[in-house]
Amino acid sequence: MKDHLYIAWKYLSYNKAKTATLVGCIVLIAFMPLALELLLNESERQLISRAVETPLVIGAKGSSLDLIMNTLYFGDEVPEVITMAAADRVLESDLAMPIPMYVRFTARNHPIIGTTLDYFDFRNLTLATGEPLTMLGDCILGATTAEDLELGVGDYLVSSPENLFDLAGTYPLKMKIVGVLKKSHTPDDIAVFVDLKTTWIIQGLMHGHQDLWKVEDPTLILDQSDKNITGSPKVYEYSEITEKNIDQFHYHGDPLTAPITAVIAIPFEEKSATLLRGRYLSKDEIYQIVKPEETIDTMFENIFRIKNVLDAVILVVSFGTIAALILVFALSLRLRQREIRTIFMIGCRQLTIVRLIAAEISIVIFLGAFICMVLLMVTGQYDHQLVRLLFIE
Amino acid sequence: MIKISALQFEYPSGEFRLNILNFEVNRGEKVAVIGPSGSGKTTLLNLVAGIFLPQMGSIRFGDMEVTQLSDTARRDFRITNIGFVFQDFELLDYLNVQDNILHPYRITSALQLNRQVRDRAVALAQEMGIGDKLRRQSTELSHGEKQRTAICRALLPQPKLILADEATGNLDPANKIKILDLLFRSTATHDATLLAVTHDHELLKRFDRVIDFQTFQGGKSV
Repeated sequence: MKDHLYIAWKYLSYNKAKTATLVGCIVLIAFMPLALELLLNESERQLISRAVETPLVIGAKGSSLDLIMNTLYFGDEVPEVITMAAADRVLESDLAMPIPMYVRFTARNHPIIGTTLDYFDFRNLTLATGEPLTMLGDCILGATTAEDLELGVGDYLVSSPENLFDLAGTYPLKMKIVGVLKKSHTPDDIAVFVDLKTTWIIQGLMHGHQDLWKVEDPTLILDQSDKNITGSPKVYEYSEITEKNIDQFHYHGDPLTAPITAVIAIPFEEKSATLLRGRYLSKDEIYQIVKPEETIDTMFENIFRIKNVLDAVILVVSFGTIAALILVFALSLRLRQREIRTIFMIGCRQLTIVRLIAAEISIVIFLGAFICMVLLMVTGQYDHQLVRLLFIE
Repeated sequence: MIKISALQFEYPSGEFRLNILNFEVNRGEKVAVIGPSGSGKTTLLNLVAGIFLPQMGSIRFGDMEVTQLSDTARRDFRITNIGFVFQDFELLDYLNVQDNILHPYRITSALQLNRQVRDRAVALAQEMGIGDKLRRQSTELSHGEKQRTAICRALLPQPKLILADEATGNLDPANKIKILDLLFRSTATHDATLLAVTHDHELLKRFDRVIDFQTFQGGKSV
């Protein structure tokens, strides 16, 4: 058998293009359904477990899927913003604890999550190093973010501008890293957590600048009365929050009008959840309240419906490919009639030809299976990222 | 060494018949078979090799009656006793020179591939002047080098009989003489018998005996 494998290998390695095509076909028909299954299982595990852990989410009316994907998994699609009044309304109801979320900005491709300290308790997130958020401009990195960006406590991270070509946009904010979370194998690993107010600073709604009452340069003042003073665009705005300038940061207007993307509502009991949901059923209601588990279940029902169609397509394609492979081997045998006749004349037994062809098929299948296995291992290694890429982003 | 008597062979299509009353080749003899195309020269080689079986008659190889052997036994007999040299060399493109020479050992259990055989293959290749080309792919060789490789492949199992079917047919005159020299020398060195079909009349004087199939046809005794 060793000699047959040797000859078969020589034949296959000499006919590289043909071998690569055959192996490629086998890899495709084996890898596609297996990888799809693997990714769906992983996405189900990742998405459902987090959805189940999150009781209710309140956000602007519109796509509930976008709202859930953004609030729970920090997806790129930002839902219409609501205000802090939504969180205040939940608090006032005395039915649930609100955790406001502002998931809109990024820092070096990692989502910046503006929230309160309650979020860390709610998700059972613990620090691997450093301290909790204490000051404006502080940030805590998820474990993967810290690994990817090679940053740690004491380093700085600059927020990315929303639009590079918006010349009137706000300056990026230089944030100080005060902590790194332990790995949780959830989307929290890839996030950058900041206090809500820090996200408003990133947006430019809250800002810090020189004390206009104390400036000596008259060109920095546009208008001045006894109580109000208006600065000119020449006024220097701080792009980093320090202990020296933190007192200069302020919010113009009512904090209840400050933007957020969602509120996670944690009902105090099951009955509270039902009551709270009931309060958002009015026709004139400007918010929607969503149970993430239901939204994700609906999404998976649709995905599995599509998967069933895909499975059927893959099955048909597989049959076609296998038929094509058989045809290729059959045609190859016809093309090799002269070679077969020669080795028969030399004295080879008929069974030897069968063995040689079997050896060739075995090597092709083995190579295909090996490559498929390697690809599946790579897919398994990056399934977290792939699920994020395919289902969340 | 080879004795054919009262042989009758007809192709299944019935378009050609070969009758041989009596045909003998002695051990160590170099016999040329000539004749027009379609006169049955190649058929004779195939019968002697046990590739074709006659409808009647006997083909003896030494003490062995070839026609009485089973299909598997005939294949084993062929690969251990007969070396084939073809007009078109019939080397395998995907093997290098060394692998082509060793090929018979890899396709049958009747021959055992070991270190001695490998060493003998190298020695044989050097004797044939292709010792420096063992790692070359067969497609990279000249016609003369290809035929030398084919002769090495035929001689390596140390066959008692070499059947050459127009082995010099595709070569230029200079190479024809060289290859025939090599074939004669190696058959002599390896104590083999040579039965060669050829169209090269200028080379016939170098054979011990020449059989003209034009006179051989029709059941005449040779």
